[in-house]
Amino acid sequence: MTDLLTREYGTLRSISGPLLFVQGVRRVSVGEMVAILLPDGRERRGQVIEISEQHAVIQVLEATAGISITGTRLRFSEHVARMGLSLDILGRRFNGAGQPVDGLPEIIPERWVGIIGDPINPVARDKPAHFIQTGLSTIDGLNTLVRGQKLPIFSGSGLPAKEIAAQILRQSRAVGEATEFAIVFAAMGITYREASFFLDEFEKSGVSEHTVVFLNLADDPTIERLLTPRFALTAAEYLAFDHNRHVLVILTDITNYCEALREIATAREEIPGRRGYPGYMYTDLAMIYERAGRIKGRSGSVTQLSILTMPDDDITHPIPDLTGYITEGQIVLSRDLHRKGIYPPIDVLPSLSRLMNLGIGAGKTRADHRGVADQLYAFYAQGRDLRRLAAIVGEEGLTESDKRLLQFAERFEQEFVNQGGEERSLEQTLGLGWKLLGLLPKERLTRIKPEFIQRFYKG
Amino acid sequence: MGSKGIIIRVSGPTVTAGGMVGARMYNRVVVGEAGLLGEVIRLEGDLATIQVYEDTTGLSLGEAVIDAGEPLLAELGPGLLTSIFDGVQRPLDVIRQEEGDFIGRGGVVPALPRTKPWPFVPTVKRGDPVSGGDVIGRVAETPRIEHRVLVPPGVSGKVTEIHEGSFRVTDTVATLDNGTPLALMQNWPVRTPRPFREHLSPTLPFITGQRIFDFLFPVAAGGTAVVPGGFGTGKTVVEQTLARYAQADIIVFIGCGERGNEMAEVLADFPELVDPASGRPLMERTVLVINTSNQPVAAREASIYTGITIAEYYRDMGYRVALMADSTSRWAEALREISSRLEEMPGEEGYPTYLATRLANFYERGGRVACLGSQERQGSVTIVSAISPPGGDFSEPVTQCSIRVAGTLWALDADLAHRRHFPAVDWKRSYSLYMNSLEDYYRRSVAPDWSDLRKRMMALLQQEEELQEIVQLVGIDALQDPQRITLELGRILREDFLRQHAFSETDASCPMEKQYWMLKVIFDYERLCQDLLKKGRPVEEIFGLPIREELGRMKEIPVAGFIDRAKDLMARMDQEREREAG
Repeated sequence: MTDLLTREYGTLRSISGPLLFVQGVRRVSVGEMVAILLPDGRERRGQVIEISEQHAVIQVLEATAGISITGTRLRFSEHVARMGLSLDILGRRFNGAGQPVDGLPEIIPERWVGIIGDPINPVARDKPAHFIQTGLSTIDGLNTLVRGQKLPIFSGSGLPAKEIAAQILRQSRAVGEATEFAIVFAAMGITYREASFFLDEFEKSGVSEHTVVFLNLADDPTIERLLTPRFALTAAEYLAFDHNRHVLVILTDITNYCEALREIATAREEIPGRRGYPGYMYTDLAMIYERAGRIKGRSGSVTQLSILTMPDDDITHPIPDLTGYITEGQIVLSRDLHRKGIYPPIDVLPSLSRLMNLGIGAGKTRADHRGVADQLYAFYAQGRDLRRLAAIVGEEGLTESDKRLLQFAERFEQEFVNQGGEERSLEQTLGLGWKLLGLLPKERLTRIKPEFIQRFYKG
Repeated sequence: MGSKGIIIRVSGPTVTAGGMVGARMYNRVVVGEAGLLGEVIRLEGDLATIQVYEDTTGLSLGEAVIDAGEPLLAELGPGLLTSIFDGVQRPLDVIRQEEGDFIGRGGVVPALPRTKPWPFVPTVKRGDPVSGGDVIGRVAETPRIEHRVLVPPGVSGKVTEIHEGSFRVTDTVATLDNGTPLALMQNWPVRTPRPFREHLSPTLPFITGQRIFDFLFPVAAGGTAVVPGGFGTGKTVVEQTLARYAQADIIVFIGCGERGNEMAEVLADFPELVDPASGRPLMERTVLVINTSNQPVAAREASIYTGITIAEYYRDMGYRVALMADSTSRWAEALREISSRLEEMPGEEGYPTYLATRLANFYERGGRVACLGSQERQGSVTIVSAISPPGGDFSEPVTQCSIRVAGTLWALDADLAHRRHFPAVDWKRSYSLYMNSLEDYYRRSVAPDWSDLRKRMMALLQQEEELQEIVQLVGIDALQDPQRITLELGRILREDFLRQHAFSETDASCPMEKQYWMLKVIFDYERLCQDLLKKGRPVEEIFGLPIREELGRMKEIPVAGFIDRAKDLMARMDQEREREAG
């Protein structure tokens, strides 16, 4: 083993942004945690991100303000970033670097786990198959969420993503028993106001006891943000796979996370990719998002509901773009619907749940579910096109059946999408879907099997 | 064994080692105390830069790096089928048994099971001269696929000994007069294409069972199709549908930097799905190479090569192989990430300037060939490559470099996907360069008027598009009745022919025969509309005929008996005409 005496160095040579360059360091490894001891006795933490013969590069979790090249000592800890875990984490509140901030004592760990997380072996994964009823028609009916899925909400600034997340949280609990579920909440760079909205929500709906909170607020150290989701997911995996809980992880806001990633990449003078974000952002995000799913032979699951704010509502921006390529679909919020006063303002056309087929159908939801969803989609898409057309040629220029589609699109938004705080069962959602489909003659329902039309259609 | 050095730098997935005198480019190396697998990608003096196939967290300076003295090899032999490998051909199920549900590091596991015996039946005898590529015997690898044991390329001689019986993959089954032992298994460097005798022209189609592909934009057996599309446009569904229903003997599916849950779906479904042609589980013709997006990035770079080498090996046995790469963009990104760690001068969008060359080299490993060896045999590797352009913008380098070399473009469109029109293939942008060379086959094997129907269909879709533009401007009232029929027919072609439901049992795969008859009926309907219009029937009334709805339900009519049903529909349309005439 390494001689402990040589684990402390005073050879700090340069400081650049959040990075320290330390000379002559022997026997350290990438990922190792470092204590930075300031001359005045204060201590900060850092992590080794690169090593070479010349120097070790350390990213400082807190600010580098006040760190001097002379007099600062660095103590290498011999372990990578890790978290002590036991069931006592439930009901607790941590900062973004995994330290308790609720004034209660440290956790006495049952075991220590590295926060980077090994990938789940694809052959060990169990395919997601259980419907989660969220009580929102646009999700349950058209973009069904299943256990083990990672489904982000693509929001824009000022759109009610957090209200939707909270509503899902409140309503989806009904599916599992109290001892079977847990919530892990990771705040990355959000304001105190937003964070307290969620904390109040946990309190109000009485789930605080089953919740683990990681808070990295807007004024907390930026670099710490890179660790926050990893701590949260380490806790989530522990609860899900060691203790068989169904864990719902809420990560907000991914955009702030990516900005921290860009900050560190720039400080390292790496070649920037699109819009200055590093070329490895896809891989980095994948290492977060992929930590969702189910494992064969274990009854728990990790479901991720992350929130990201599309800069300037641009879905092609690298953050939503790369996210969409990794996650199993997305829920996209629309400013137009929001302006019309529709809540939740979910634009179903670009929204998608890739795992929907695994969670719906006979025996899971209802046999006609797929067909109804496809048909609603098709009519709504046509209706939206016609709306554009009607704006040019006027409604008189439309045929009778086109007018019905136009009316369908309008009522679909007002009645199906728009539901306010009301909680709808799947039966209600599908019933509403059939009611709207009744606006059109049944011959047009080509995406639904005739047997279901016979059973459910009401013209 | 080659040289031995020590780690002097660790940066992301790359490690620099000093003291690596005599190391060669792309040699395999073992890195550090954890025994991580890597590959030499740059040499400078005695410094070697190594891409490491596993997470480098925890590596320290001064740890040993050992050059294995040979390049990264794929193990080729019985046992490949039904296997699930990671990017560097480690069997994931064995890793799970050894390491548990999460993938740790440094596990060295042989790709093919060493202890499993295989029944070997020789097809040559003592005294026979054999050379590289010749079949010396066979093994029933799965109940469906006969594994032909090949003489490795470059090896030749007279057989002095050969035995029937039960052998493990490394056992010697035959010996040549120059003393060369032949086993069931051989190794091949993954970055080197396996040799063949000659390229053959692409005159046979790769039949997919998907109407839009088979009818409008076919790909030849041994050809290359690229499938670019933004997220949610259905690339993965296309790849998986083809892996299920395409007419191929062997499927190699490379899940390159994609989602774990989707892979879990493939892994759960393939062993259960039964191939209609043979009645056997699909898994028996399938090799899966899986490197999910959170597995190490360097192994993702290697996964494409591992996959294509396995595909070439089965091609050499004379099989029609289909290679599905989902997605090539993730491979290119791995290349970019490693290139940027090497501080190479970036080209477009930060990709290395050799991206186009590497991509072309990969695609060129597909093809229909006359196999190596003295026996007459043909095999093919068809590549279907999914591409994930950032922001759905096809002008980006990976899409552009791929389109340049590929023969078929299936361009996926977000707008179609949003309205749940799948496969969301944009027929305006897609094309196939194989059309002319395949025409002969279709004329002979499907129907003489195949190519006329196809041209008619493309023309109609084009006309509909133009009419739609007019409607968008001035409304449908501006159209004359014959144009309204064209518009309606365009819709029927799009909705009731091109749209195909990947999750519907009857419609997921549609044989050429059924495709042909569906179109026959649709065009007959067009004639009916025109005839009735001439007789003075108003278009609304014509479109209201019950036969219209039945066109929409044609896809759901089972293949067996479809032709009879089609003829029946056409007979009813005749009656309608007569009624009008009478």
